[in-house]
Amino acid sequence: MIVLDKRPQPSRAWSMATPVVAVLATMLFGGLLFAALGKNPVEAIRTIFWDPLFGEFAFYYRPQLLVKGAPLVLIAIGLSLGFRAGIWNIGAEGQYIIGALMGAGVGLALYPLEAWYVFPLMVIGGALGGWVWAMIPAVLKVRFGTNEILVSLMLVYVAEQLLASMSLGLMKNPEGFGFPGSRNLQQYESAYNAELIAGSGMHWGVVAALIAVIFAYVLLNRHMLGFHIRLTGEAPRAAKFAGVRPARLILFCLGASGALAGLAGLFEVSGPAGVVSIDFNVGYGFTAIIVAFLGRLHPVGILLAGGLMALTYIGGEIAQSNLGLPAAAIQVFQGMLLFFLLALDLLTNYRVRAAWSEVA
Amino acid sequence: MDLSAINPVLLVASLMVAATPILLAGIGELVVEKSGVLNLGVEGMMITGAICGFAVTVETGSPALGFVAAAVGGALLSLLFAVLTQVALANQVASGLALTLFGLGLSALMGQGYVGIKPPSTPKLDIPVLSDLPVVGRILFGHDLVLYLGIALVAAVWATLKYTRAGLILRAVGENHDAAHALGYKVIRIRTLAILFGGACAGLGGAYISLVRVPQWTEGMTAGVGWIALALVVFASWKPWRVLLGAYLFGGVTVVQLNLQAAGVAIPVEYLAMSPYLVTILVLVILSADKSRAPASLGRSFHAAH
Amino acid sequence: MNTPLLSLQGLTKAYPGVVANDSVSFDIGEGEVHALLGENGAGKSTLVKMIYGLVKPDSGKMLLRGAAFAPSEPRAARADGIAMVFQHFSLFDALNVAENIALGMEKPPALRDLAARIREVSETYGLPLDPFRTVGDLSAGERQRVEIIRCLLQDPKLLIMDEPTSVLTPQEVEILFETLKKLRSEGTSILYISHKLEEIRALCDAATILRLGKNVGECVPSETSARDMAELMVGTVLQTPERAGRAFGEMALDISGLSVPSPSAFGTALKNVHLAVRKGEVLGIGGVAGNGQDELLGVLSGEILTAADAVKLMDRPIGRLGPTARRRLGLLTAPEERLGHAAAPNMSLTENALLTGSVREGLERNGFLRWSETQSFAERIIAEFDVRTPGPENAARSLSGGNLQKFVIGREVLQRPEVLVVNQPTWGVDASAAAAIRQALLDLAAKGTAVVCISQDLDELMEIADSFAALNEGRLSAPRETADLSVEEIGLMMGGAHGMEVAHV
Repeated sequence: MIVLDKRPQPSRAWSMATPVVAVLATMLFGGLLFAALGKNPVEAIRTIFWDPLFGEFAFYYRPQLLVKGAPLVLIAIGLSLGFRAGIWNIGAEGQYIIGALMGAGVGLALYPLEAWYVFPLMVIGGALGGWVWAMIPAVLKVRFGTNEILVSLMLVYVAEQLLASMSLGLMKNPEGFGFPGSRNLQQYESAYNAELIAGSGMHWGVVAALIAVIFAYVLLNRHMLGFHIRLTGEAPRAAKFAGVRPARLILFCLGASGALAGLAGLFEVSGPAGVVSIDFNVGYGFTAIIVAFLGRLHPVGILLAGGLMALTYIGGEIAQSNLGLPAAAIQVFQGMLLFFLLALDLLTNYRVRAAWSEVA
Repeated sequence: MDLSAINPVLLVASLMVAATPILLAGIGELVVEKSGVLNLGVEGMMITGAICGFAVTVETGSPALGFVAAAVGGALLSLLFAVLTQVALANQVASGLALTLFGLGLSALMGQGYVGIKPPSTPKLDIPVLSDLPVVGRILFGHDLVLYLGIALVAAVWATLKYTRAGLILRAVGENHDAAHALGYKVIRIRTLAILFGGACAGLGGAYISLVRVPQWTEGMTAGVGWIALALVVFASWKPWRVLLGAYLFGGVTVVQLNLQAAGVAIPVEYLAMSPYLVTILVLVILSADKSRAPASLGRSFHAAH
Repeated sequence: MNTPLLSLQGLTKAYPGVVANDSVSFDIGEGEVHALLGENGAGKSTLVKMIYGLVKPDSGKMLLRGAAFAPSEPRAARADGIAMVFQHFSLFDALNVAENIALGMEKPPALRDLAARIREVSETYGLPLDPFRTVGDLSAGERQRVEIIRCLLQDPKLLIMDEPTSVLTPQEVEILFETLKKLRSEGTSILYISHKLEEIRALCDAATILRLGKNVGECVPSETSARDMAELMVGTVLQTPERAGRAFGEMALDISGLSVPSPSAFGTALKNVHLAVRKGEVLGIGGVAGNGQDELLGVLSGEILTAADAVKLMDRPIGRLGPTARRRLGLLTAPEERLGHAAAPNMSLTENALLTGSVREGLERNGFLRWSETQSFAERIIAEFDVRTPGPENAARSLSGGNLQKFVIGREVLQRPEVLVVNQPTWGVDASAAAAIRQALLDLAAKGTAVVCISQDLDELMEIADSFAALNEGRLSAPRETADLSVEEIGLMMGGAHGMEVAHV
């Protein structure tokens, strides 16, 4: 029989090792899954994890890594603040959409004005949009004690309907011959979130993601607010005793994660996507949850995890076109990763040993 | 617009159909939460049930087998959650989310060959005389068996929780797992069984969407119904009959907005389509003041210390 | 001599890093009240868990009336006639009395019949209880009755009671002893776990003393002095805190006419509480836990806000100030629950030092943390209060109860408070740590700090407090000088026996 003994304190070594072990286990079981789908598992794993970085067309894929990784990191950093404090914002996808709508809305409203302040205004609009959308569950939780998990999630569906309504109505390109979708912001110079260095994939969203990582690191390790966030997650009662005001923390954590998700949406819609369209969102808001956990809710970990998850996205697309691997298989793969991670987390806090004489 | 096109009898009958998936998933989750476990993976288990049920029905031609497969599929997925939370002591919120993300991917993968197929239809009850009664016949006696199973489950869960020893033990485990353990009850085993029951119910609910309510398979077709079912348990204050009431309320909102869409009301389609989610939020706000009914151990991990 | 009811022979149980029981042997006779005496951590709980089937011994055996006895689970132990009343009640707040009792029985009768039997047993043994009341609404004494009746309904041969009197008023202890004596006269054996020596001398026929997992002696309590038993139990000669003669200064803390509802569902509201402490005074607040102690601490720490004027610190209204502002003014507190309230279990001692020390010790500047200053503050607490730990980077949960409590109290004492409020400062703490904590409180008072000590341990309060008041169902009695108080008076201040008015229904 297997017995768990609680460690006197969390093991630092296992805390670092679990994400790595989880990735390896996922590769193993993912390989089995791909084999079951009739694909060569080794080739599939190589296509996903190796080719985007070092394959023949790596020069094309490497920039993509930044493009896909930036929104994931940006959103996951925001989510991790709340998750650390036990505040569960599950609706980042909705905040991402609303941020994109607000930011793009600012740009489209100013069209065709060419001025330096157009893009900064859009950035503010994007952050504000995500913030407002996240403040709905925050205020409801503070004021009425409503469960933020359910409210933030319901608001994803509401945001998706709003997106549909906007791209088919208010924001539809008047010169688009009746096709759904807005003007292409890539063709509106003042509003275009272009690459900062051509061909590098580096756009303002990547810069924002890096700033967010540094900011979160300093906040959590060097600032009282960060200490209060961690304390609230570890021991809510002790946090109240220490003088933390839970309501303020809820407003801050949800607000910050909403604003960051909104920014991610704005950078995406004004850059790589270009157009407000009905299916413009691709689930970054949900994948970022995996990124946040994979990065152990630690800013640096999230940076690495965001890169890894971007890799599986890009590698998945390559595998899709080269090997005919279904897109959904990658989704399963990502879900599997989260499972292994959560299961292996046990080793951080418990020692596992075999025992025969114990009654559990 | 033409509101007279809405037939009240049909409206009530389709309300019951629309409510059934939420009802099934909700009553399952109620049992899970009563045992002290918060499984946020309802959406993932429903969509898995939806594709399992759909695929088996298409392959075998038997909706009955399909529903069985859906229950098994949902329960199997929930077993993953049970292993994570009961054995590996993982955080229940994170594990539930993982289950939903995984279930959405898995169902999409399984459902690749089934897009655009029409499943064999699930037979409706046809009781001579009763089903032919005007109005009442159509509303009360014109449905398929699974719909009645849902209502029967509510009654069964209510009676079990209130009158049986098994129900008492389940409530005790959800209330104070340390005390239950001290008395010699197998907390982990009881919770695992509850989680499996919840998974099977969610699976049935999912299959009801893909086999009866829609009926066809599309990716992500549960569209948040699992999350609404979670909200429903809060709404119901963990009381079985109120789950039924709540499910019919949400079913009603859904059906009315669909009918309004069809009748061409001057409100844009998207805003009508939002309404079930907005109503859910509204109801949560109104009811979240009173949390005293929640099982005291809800969401807390149990590890038997020495 | 007859075969003993239960014979323990060489029971040993080890956990990683600690031997909880080291070859423990003793016998419990038929119809005997047998005391198991020992400090916290002496291995009493592990021993009874083995008897009750919750833990399996590594080696050694048990004989029940001469037959081998090795229960694999509590169910099996119960089937053999072993019943146990837990120290921390294994009760379900949201369920009613009858449901709670049904859960502890193998084959409970229908709820209505069970209710009738509960009434019958409760009258026979003088333990009044309404079977349909929700357990969460009962007082601690009444909750204990639920456990006892649950055991009695199974006609146990051996009743194990783990620290049963720690939650009772003196009058309730009297009632309990009557019940236990009646049980003994009917032939039931009782294993009575306690560290309260006078009780054991009054009640028990035999005693076994455990220290560090070993049986260090047996005695007949009525023929042994409390002092001798205490020294067997502790292993060293105990030091009682010194109390210097004191003169009190001006008013430090003043609560008047305070009424607040409890923030938790089954908590106790405070009703019209008046309280005043002068500088240099130690005010002891007695009373059974669950009578408003947590709420009173919350009102003082700033976790529960009140009308501004209801709480005054040196004439300054502070009722609306939060914990941080109160700390800045010099009002410090230490809650009862160490893990999760006074300290965050998974965080390091350095981080836990920051938890309350940030304002007065200057551990932050413009919101930014000064980790090296924080660490030296933690090291100072560890050094001055003799906290046994490898260093401040260790997690709070890795410390033993006594050591963590020393850390928690030390953290507040070192911040030179104007007023210090502590709740159950020595609960679950070994005797030497408890003595050190009491001495620290007295030293602090000698330097002019006003100390409020909330405790269930009346001996402790008599030892350190200058004046005494009791909390009973959220009401605080008028304070009295401790010097001229008798145990009976204290008992009456604590509200006498709870729930006895429904006796003989």
